[in-house]
Amino acid sequence: MSIAVPMTVIPRKRRGVELVLIVFALVITLGGYALVDYNITGGFSPILPYLAGVCVGLAALAHIAVRWRLPYADPVILPCVILLNGLGLAMIHRIDLINSPPTSGARQQLIWTGLGVVLFILCAVVLRDHRPLQRFTYTLGLAGIALLLLPLVPGIGTAKFGAQIWIHLGPYSFQPAEAAKILLSIAFASYLVEKKDVLALAGYRLLGLDLPRARDLGPILVIWLLSLAILVFQRDLGTSLLFFGLFVMMLYVSTERPGWVVLGTLLFAAGAYFGYLNFGHVRVRVGAWLDPFSDYDAYYQVINAQFGMAWGGLLGTGLGLGRPGLTPLARSDFIAAAIGEELGMTGLMAVIMIYGLVVARGLRTALQCREPFGKLLAAGLSFAFGLQVFTIIGGVTRLLPLTGLTTPFMSQGGSSLICNWVVAGLLLVISHHVRKPVATVTDVSPTEETQLMRATT
Amino acid sequence: MNKPIRRVAFVTMIMFALLLGNGTYMIIFRQSSLAAEPQNRRVRDAEFAQDRGSILAAGKTEVAATEPSKDRFKFQRVYPDGELYAPVTGYYSYDHARTGLESTYNAQLAGTDDALFVRRLIDLATNRSPQGASVQTTIVPKAQKAAADGLGSQKGAVVALDPKTGAVLAMVTSPSFDPNDIASHDIEAAGKAYERLNADSDRPLANRAAREIYPPGSTFKLVTAAAALADGKKPDSQVDAPDRLKLPGTNTFLPNSTNCGGTRITITRALEVSCNTAFANLGLELGQDKLREQADKFGFDQRHLADLGGQASQFPDKLDDAQLALSSIGQFDVAASPLQMAMVTAAIANDGVLMDPYVVSMVQAPDLKPISTHKPQVLSQAMTPANAKLLQQMMVAVVAEGTGGNGRIPGVTVGGKTGTAQSDPTRKPFAWFTSFAPAEDPKVAVAVIVEDASIPREDIAGGRVAAPIARAVMEALL
Repeated sequence: MSIAVPMTVIPRKRRGVELVLIVFALVITLGGYALVDYNITGGFSPILPYLAGVCVGLAALAHIAVRWRLPYADPVILPCVILLNGLGLAMIHRIDLINSPPTSGARQQLIWTGLGVVLFILCAVVLRDHRPLQRFTYTLGLAGIALLLLPLVPGIGTAKFGAQIWIHLGPYSFQPAEAAKILLSIAFASYLVEKKDVLALAGYRLLGLDLPRARDLGPILVIWLLSLAILVFQRDLGTSLLFFGLFVMMLYVSTERPGWVVLGTLLFAAGAYFGYLNFGHVRVRVGAWLDPFSDYDAYYQVINAQFGMAWGGLLGTGLGLGRPGLTPLARSDFIAAAIGEELGMTGLMAVIMIYGLVVARGLRTALQCREPFGKLLAAGLSFAFGLQVFTIIGGVTRLLPLTGLTTPFMSQGGSSLICNWVVAGLLLVISHHVRKPVATVTDVSPTEETQLMRATT
Repeated sequence: MNKPIRRVAFVTMIMFALLLGNGTYMIIFRQSSLAAEPQNRRVRDAEFAQDRGSILAAGKTEVAATEPSKDRFKFQRVYPDGELYAPVTGYYSYDHARTGLESTYNAQLAGTDDALFVRRLIDLATNRSPQGASVQTTIVPKAQKAAADGLGSQKGAVVALDPKTGAVLAMVTSPSFDPNDIASHDIEAAGKAYERLNADSDRPLANRAAREIYPPGSTFKLVTAAAALADGKKPDSQVDAPDRLKLPGTNTFLPNSTNCGGTRITITRALEVSCNTAFANLGLELGQDKLREQADKFGFDQRHLADLGGQASQFPDKLDDAQLALSSIGQFDVAASPLQMAMVTAAIANDGVLMDPYVVSMVQAPDLKPISTHKPQVLSQAMTPANAKLLQQMMVAVVAEGTGGNGRIPGVTVGGKTGTAQSDPTRKPFAWFTSFAPAEDPKVAVAVIVEDASIPREDIAGGRVAAPIARAVMEALL
């Protein structure tokens, strides 16, 4: 019998590993981009060296910022994110070349990437510590809800592809749900850390589950109604699912009560069924999922994504050699289908695995984190990221009904890209604090809450 | 909080496992059915841009070939004598799918068939553009041409079979169409051509030879005669042949269209002069079950020549006596394709053995190695050899002394049977002729139908309009 001696973990920064992985990600990015050019035009674009310079420069800046201010941060997340962003860039460039003359989606996306990296660096250099964010619970929460509802304001909100999720301010358009995702994650996390004791109190038992007290149901009902409002008024299935899923998951993690999950699932099922009964666009999505060939014209997009992936088969047609242009929105919602077509199911699965790695590293950070706010925030951000990947790639591959979410880091679109870089930044900030050798004194001792938890369970 | 986070991690892991599992499922179980969907433009475009194999008539005549082209597809499908072979080749189009052999042998012609898998790999490795297999048909160009020339601008169809193997030697339908128009890479022009052909009231896209069924009229008397022989009658057995026959249970009379030469005549005589009342009486005596059994032995109520989507010919069910009397002479609801009537004659000529008709004899890989070869197959023993020989002699008599005089070929013994179907009084009659030659060692059995024959209704016109066409086809093949 040995007595458990506190192990001394020698903290390792692992920045060298990160650098090697980043080089690997850049090689794939630039190789993919060059291959697209070569396979389509038979030569290399003259801007390739400049592009390489910009990509390498951005990656180097991000890496240096991490090395400087967050030296103990997780070494895998940043290279994964660079790889996904780069692969998306190559794919968007490939779809640009379908048009004659070629569109400039890739250049636009590169500018967004630049902005994303700037925000990422700001997270690393300016924010440095996630804990002060706890102070702005209600400000961030209200700002998040306001952002979510902004597309409904007449004059600035516009509908695209049946969903009212865009706002227009002058020449700029923005999908505020992406930013709201981050603000609300932070707000949920700090709110729940504050209130979890109350929310964990047992109300009554039903079928062996402890359900919360009726008066504590307030927050979940508010979020449920908000999700329904998004579904009803913005016609956005995906965002609605994402927020509700995120909130229920965070509620469960903070209170450790499965009752919340059961309740949340039931409420979501009720909302989804209501949506199915009342909204044509939900029925179209479900129809396209169950039996796409029953109506070729209505389900054209989903069917063509299937055709594309079947055409690509196991190993894909090769970059630039498939026909992703036959699927509408191949550069945004359906970029996973384009990957599946040209890089094959193998390539698509590799991409899914990279997403999985990011989620796994994020959840690992949450597990290791010693203070509840960081724990909850890391878990929430990672889970929301994973849920988003699951929903959109699942929709494109007909595992689920299609919902109009973006594919993180890959879909063309500034709001999504920039916000996901912020998510990556926040995860790195939290992981830096987790892995840092000398733990700073935490305000809330984790033991306090566990005792209370034991008392109630 | 670690326990719920672990559970959340587990749920997330399940979600990713589902994504990967679904991808695997898709590649294994959905890929081939997705590739086979007709709306799949990726597959369609790729096939269209491929060096498709040829379709050949006997003697290596290319009836469908592929030429290099300079537009967005690299190859253009061409049909050198398009209208003549259209009923066999069908067409290969971008927007209107495929018909005929272009459809049934698509996988082989396109080179996507599993039998060509290794070759595809070699092509891939050696960077050679893949080539499809070629399809060798049994069509004899000379006979095909004779049949088409014989029909000229008349609506109708001709089928010639090799009685011993079932090989289709000629298959013509008129009016025909030029598949080159629909195969054009000018998609809009091709679409217009298709619309025009599809809307044409003469239905040039229809394969009248195998996919349309008509009242066979007096040619069906061959089936009735065969049933009578099987029932123990002899060619010189006497039958009642009144001038007109009151149809049992009705007040209608069935008249003769010809002078039967007496009120009681032999079956041979009845067939020679195509005597309606005699055969109606024969049918009534035999009963509908025996008649249907004989018809089915000749191949009625089954589909034949699946390669070209052949239609089943019909002998109706649940007849009353009046309907049975009419059915015995090929009227009422009896309906047969020209292919079917050629099969009846072929079975009689082949001593009662009915061969399964086929049009593709071999599929050849681009290196000329056969991928599959057709072996002639027996469909049924339609008659005993002895009865078949008797019926052959009766058919020879029809040509030598009866209504089939126009089928005669100097120096060759021909057996045949005429027919005129007048099922609809408002329409011009269908003229039929079916025959075989030479009687001693049959090499060809042929059936001809001419729709809307411009002849007097009373005339036993099959002999006049259809027989010369049959003769020309037989001459081409002898």
